[in-house]
Amino acid sequence: MKTIAVMSGKGGTGKTMVAAGFSVFSDEDLLLADCDVDAANLSLLLETTDTQCRPYMGLECAVIDENKCVGCGMCEVYCRFNAISQGDDGIYHVNPLKCEGCAVCSIVCPEGAVEIIERQSGEVCHSESPHGRLFHAELFPGSGTSGRLVFEVKKDALDDDSSTHTPAFLIDGPPGIGCPVISAISGVDAVVLVTEPGISALHDLRRLVTICRQFGVQMFLVLNKADLDEERAEDVRKYCAEEDIEIIGTIPFDPAVIEAARRGESVAGMETPAAVSLKEAWKKLARAMEIKQ
Amino acid sequence: MNIVVASGKGGTGKTMVSVNLAWTIAQSQKITLIDCDAEEPNVHLFYPGDENVGPVTMDVPEVDSEKCTLCGACGEFCRYGAISVLTDTVMFQPHLCHSCGGCMLACPVDAITEVPRRIGMITKSEPSPTLTVISGILDEGEIAAPAVIKAAKEEGEWEGVSVLDGPPGSACPVIETMEGADVCILVTESTPSGLADLKRAARLAEALGVHTGVVINRSDGEDAPTLEFCAEEGIPVLLTIPFDREIAAIQNRGGILCSEKEEWKEAFMQLYEDALSIAGGTA
Repeated sequence: MKTIAVMSGKGGTGKTMVAAGFSVFSDEDLLLADCDVDAANLSLLLETTDTQCRPYMGLECAVIDENKCVGCGMCEVYCRFNAISQGDDGIYHVNPLKCEGCAVCSIVCPEGAVEIIERQSGEVCHSESPHGRLFHAELFPGSGTSGRLVFEVKKDALDDDSSTHTPAFLIDGPPGIGCPVISAISGVDAVVLVTEPGISALHDLRRLVTICRQFGVQMFLVLNKADLDEERAEDVRKYCAEEDIEIIGTIPFDPAVIEAARRGESVAGMETPAAVSLKEAWKKLARAMEIKQ
Repeated sequence: MNIVVASGKGGTGKTMVSVNLAWTIAQSQKITLIDCDAEEPNVHLFYPGDENVGPVTMDVPEVDSEKCTLCGACGEFCRYGAISVLTDTVMFQPHLCHSCGGCMLACPVDAITEVPRRIGMITKSEPSPTLTVISGILDEGEIAAPAVIKAAKEEGEWEGVSVLDGPPGSACPVIETMEGADVCILVTESTPSGLADLKRAARLAEALGVHTGVVINRSDGEDAPTLEFCAEEGIPVLLTIPFDREIAAIQNRGGILCSEKEEWKEAFMQLYEDALSIAGGTA
């Protein structure tokens, strides 16, 4: 099974549209994962059903026993996350939004008043879609640790029975280059870069390509909304030629994409210019990566 | 006065709103624009000529192998698996380290000290006498965006008005950006994805106790579900920007809408005044 991640650097270039389109155009069902865990939208485009979730335990959290706290303030002094402060009552309290569960407060407290507890930070889920089983997640508001959650979504997907008989594992990746991106990109065979013509998108693309090179993964590129700015589209083509990245799809700006997105559908089901280009891009990718079709 | 621009969904136009809001405010008063999208900082593309004003570092442990007895206390203490004691050495994985300092405290023989490790940099420019632009830029291959965001905010800290261009999503980098905000402008687009992510960002702002207002970008007039959500939640819609190829083109080439189209300057000035009234402050 080949693992492909759809990534972009800049947000909103069309990652989810491309990932949904690929899943629709694949002759075989795929194993799917939405790894943009703090803005997960692939399930909105794939008409998913039968969602089942399990708790995701994120970072642990400190709790101070108010009966034991003597108000010495050592915990506040040593906390690097500004998560501990003194209340009007003289005793110290932990702000769970800031606590990263490091447990330093528990070893500096002379009264043994700090307990480190587990906490649920979200859910890891899977749903059935017409194009394969989709693994996804939901992070609770105010919870961090999205890189770890990406890891868990991928792990659940790869542990699933369907991974034994699907030809490809398709990941809808997060934007950026930080912790969730590194987590999403590790172990993949290829990355499909989705970009649009514009100085911001190209700048962000360069940063992502640097990361992909560090991981040594093969890259392909889809140029979305290509006709919105021909001059900037040409910059992307030049850059790809310099970097030796194959452009597998050039998608015109297509109002049908917006219309489909608004209805919560994949554009792939429609006979429109964007859908035609997307289908061609998938066929090229499948051939290049020898994904069974 | 910190005005944060955030969105949930990426690519809805945070940077466009931030850059234009800051440009408009700078026409009449001093203002600082801080790019807190450390993973993909784009504000400096609109104000080229920024200069590196220093690295952002994280303190990480360094083990003195002369003193270390390989007792394993540091590895047992570390909740992140960043430091582990093997049979003849101590292995440290910097990407997993949260810089809590716990290993240093746990070491019974004081074999661990901390050393700074570069993860990014801060750049700065002053494109006009009233506008200061600061960017936090995470190095490629590094993961700790929140630390870079924190450093950028500290660099830009002053008693006047700051506009903070936030990262997408609703996880740690957004939490770090929203921390201490007086008001948060949430930029959305009228699709189910835009709305789903707007809800996530609005819930996060609520959890952090930050008041919000909404800007609908690239609207084609069919904003009913977004308007309904905002009405239910009592979040005011401050500005609606239509989908327009010309606006997209200005943004794509790094132009500033308000400087090219006079009518938008007024709209962004109104956005600023509305944001101030949500924050409960005055200009």
